[in-house]
Amino acid sequence: MGTYPREIQESIERVEATRPARLANKPARLTLQEQETLLKGFHPDYRAEGKRKLKVGASWGEPVPHELADLLEAYPLLDPGSVDVSKPDHDVDLLVIGGGGAGTVAAIWAHRSGIPAERIVIATKLRHGDSNSIMAQGGIQAADKPHDSPAIHYLDVLGGGHFTNDPKLVRAMVEDAPELIRWHEDLGVMYDKAPDGTMSTIHGGGTSRKRMHSAKDYTGLEIMRVLRDEARTQGIATIEFSPAVELLTDGQGQVVGAVLWNLETSEYTVVRAKATVLATGGWGRLHIQGFPTTNHYGATADGLVLAYRAGAKLRDLDAVQYHPTGAAYPDQLVGLLITEKVRGMDAQPLNRMGEVFVHPLEPRDVESAAFIRECALPEKGGRGLGVVTPTGMVGVWLDTPMVDMIHGPGAFERALSSIYRMYVRFDINPTKEPILVYPTLHYQNGGVVIDEHGWTGIPGLYAAGEVEGGVHGKNRLMGNSLLDYNVFGRRAGIAAAGWAKKASPGTPTLTHARRYAEQLKSAGVAPERKAPILLPEYRGEKALSRMVDLL
Amino acid sequence: MNEITVFIMGKGYRVPAGLTIMKAMEYAGYLLNRGCGCRGGYCGACATVYRLPGDYKLYADLACQTPVQDGMYIAQLPFTPAERPAYALENLTPDGATLLALFPELARCVACNTCTKACPQKLEVMDAVQSSLRGDIRQVAEFTFDCVSCGLCTMRCPAEISHHHVWQLSRRLNGAYLTPRAEHVKTRVEEIAAGKFKGELDKLVTMTKDELVAAYKARQIEA
Ligand SMILES: Cc1cc2nc3c(=O)[nH]c(=O)nc-3n(C[C@H](O)[C@H](O)[C@H](O)COP(=O)(O)OP(=O)(O)OC[C@H]3O[C@@H](n4cnc5c(N)ncnc54)[C@H](O)[C@@H]3O)c2cc1C
Ligand code: SF4
Ligand code: SF4
Ligand code: FES
Repeated sequence: MGTYPREIQESIERVEATRPARLANKPARLTLQEQETLLKGFHPDYRAEGKRKLKVGASWGEPVPHELADLLEAYPLLDPGSVDVSKPDHDVDLLVIGGGGAGTVAAIWAHRSGIPAERIVIATKLRHGDSNSIMAQGGIQAADKPHDSPAIHYLDVLGGGHFTNDPKLVRAMVEDAPELIRWHEDLGVMYDKAPDGTMSTIHGGGTSRKRMHSAKDYTGLEIMRVLRDEARTQGIATIEFSPAVELLTDGQGQVVGAVLWNLETSEYTVVRAKATVLATGGWGRLHIQGFPTTNHYGATADGLVLAYRAGAKLRDLDAVQYHPTGAAYPDQLVGLLITEKVRGMDAQPLNRMGEVFVHPLEPRDVESAAFIRECALPEKGGRGLGVVTPTGMVGVWLDTPMVDMIHGPGAFERALSSIYRMYVRFDINPTKEPILVYPTLHYQNGGVVIDEHGWTGIPGLYAAGEVEGGVHGKNRLMGNSLLDYNVFGRRAGIAAAGWAKKASPGTPTLTHARRYAEQLKSAGVAPERKAPILLPEYRGEKALSRMVDLL
Repeated sequence: MNEITVFIMGKGYRVPAGLTIMKAMEYAGYLLNRGCGCRGGYCGACATVYRLPGDYKLYADLACQTPVQDGMYIAQLPFTPAERPAYALENLTPDGATLLALFPELARCVACNTCTKACPQKLEVMDAVQSSLRGDIRQVAEFTFDCVSCGLCTMRCPAEISHHHVWQLSRRLNGAYLTPRAEHVKTRVEEIAAGKFKGELDKLVTMTKDELVAAYKARQIEA
């Protein structure tokens, strides 16, 4: 059994040799001082050279990762001079951009607030539901058990975010949470429950009460597919493979819809809308600082680009969430999420020598920094004790066989079935052999500034889900982003419906995009850079180098 | 680098061994728009069928989770036309008659088990169809919980059943009607509506950072 190459096999033998001693002794936690040093030295967020200050726009002077700055300081992908947007192809009350969780919830609630289904359009880049929302494994938080309360949830969220969150957004989230879980029950979401209906809830990183609700380890899939089915029931139309490439504004400073671009036929479509909800999700596919990602294919920060050009403010985008345990081997799995639960069930992280070098359950940022230090080469201040894979990836061991040794045979397969399924497909049995992991880019903590109704401050433009910021401050806790998209998807949908009932949109234009391009020019930004990028570039170099556009 | 040959829609390309079908297509120069969603085995966008040299079988799997093999013939099926009848959950009763009325083709199942063999999630698809026919909605929901709606079973089914829509409806009926509601959730919703936590939250939102830090540190952690 096992597809590990021989060089790596030798390291596995060391892991096995140290295991008996490690089973007997638990590693110590770091002191706050040690955590601090580790973060400063090795967490990617602390690398000053990884960011720069924006030189144009409403958040001028704010530091963001270069990969995002390159998109915010980029010219419109669709040349505003080349298209006529004054005659809309569709004229609707509500345009929702992004068919993930937030967008779907917003559309459903706008309809429930009185907007007819045929006056709502969801435009999305891939298929309805192809999103980060469908990938969530762990669960969703809500303070609905007797010994818990929205106030305790509030404190957990704030502490997790290092007290940088927007208090009114956090309040909205924790107060709405139980109602949304109740709504999910009405819609038929199959939450994990005891036979009498009591929710089975567990802890997540940073929670003080067991309030993580789950649907096996497919929580995101189960919620997303039910929401999608409900939108279909209501007759809400979805335009798939049609990303928004620019928002539309009128002469009165309102956002009045967007230009969509058909990924398959390359046609553009103008959708005029009385209200627009931006629900485009996160930025994982920007591969900030070269990290692999857990995110879906379409997570390319388009919404940030579009909203910023229309004048929206951004916040907390200097804080990137890396999950310590992304798969590092085999190559096919690189970046995919290995849930925290594996460490929760006592698997230890080890270096090439089979030595444990950090407590398995330090906070996510600290744990990630420890992995990076272990792998970084000595000339970069690291320890150079990572395991190098045949494709040049580096990682540390996660000693998964310990799970069954401690919790009994069969425990891994029962509790971690999707991880088990994932590795067995590649002939690695995680109950017999350790697995290789390395930090992976997981979540966009910050985003577009909103108020508690999802309003961006620009008339007609609302935002919900991972694209917005403030709810989690500089660090999100697990289980609060599924909650975020439900709470703010609903709030944005209701507020957008309210606005649509009284709005009078003018003739659509791309004036704001033109103006933004002029600002870029004055700031000396080179004309080659275009955004949004819509899809990441993964084509082989050899093929790309010979591609010519002939037809 | 160890290279192998794969045939993408019948045309041969040299690609590094060990890539997934999805990454091999990209390596060969394809820009994927269809047929690629989560890239992690959750969304079912990347349904693919393939054959291997000297083997009569038509295999089905997810392109993002399946490594390429030398001589593999690959065709993606990123869309499965499937019929989802109009329904509203609140008007339905959770029984077999409901399923049969909305999906009468279920009765055409010839028990050939082709669907089960096609399923990349290794679900007992035919058994779930049989449970639907018996009206055992709870069992359908359990058997199909890990379904990613890839449509591969539907593409192969001689009875032309739209499996994942049957599963979706069954799971919703199970969740909404056949599973007891969480009383504590209902209670908490009522408490919030009655303003039980309002005072506490009003206070929290006006606290200074130092007060918040102190309150945070003083939290009791549930064991
Ligand atoms: C692997 C993984 C595991 C996770 N686990 C958990 C968990 O256990 N608990 C938790 O709370 N959170 C978890 N999260 C985070 C959570 O899933 C997301 O933050 C949340 O679902 C985001 O929802 P959303 O609707 O804002 O974005 P998404 O669900 O990503 O939806 C955005 C949609 O917009 C589309 N789009 C993008 N650009 C455009 C454009 N230009 N035009 C039109 N459409 C566009 C996208 O393709 C996508 O369909 C996890 C995330 C990942 C990736
Ligand atoms: S049951 Fe059918 S649609 Fe669902 S995963 Fe299996 S093959 Fe795909
Ligand atoms: S493939 Fe169709 S006919 Fe054959 S067992 Fe499955 S459902 Fe029945
Ligand atoms: S791309 Fe989502 S399952 Fe393969």
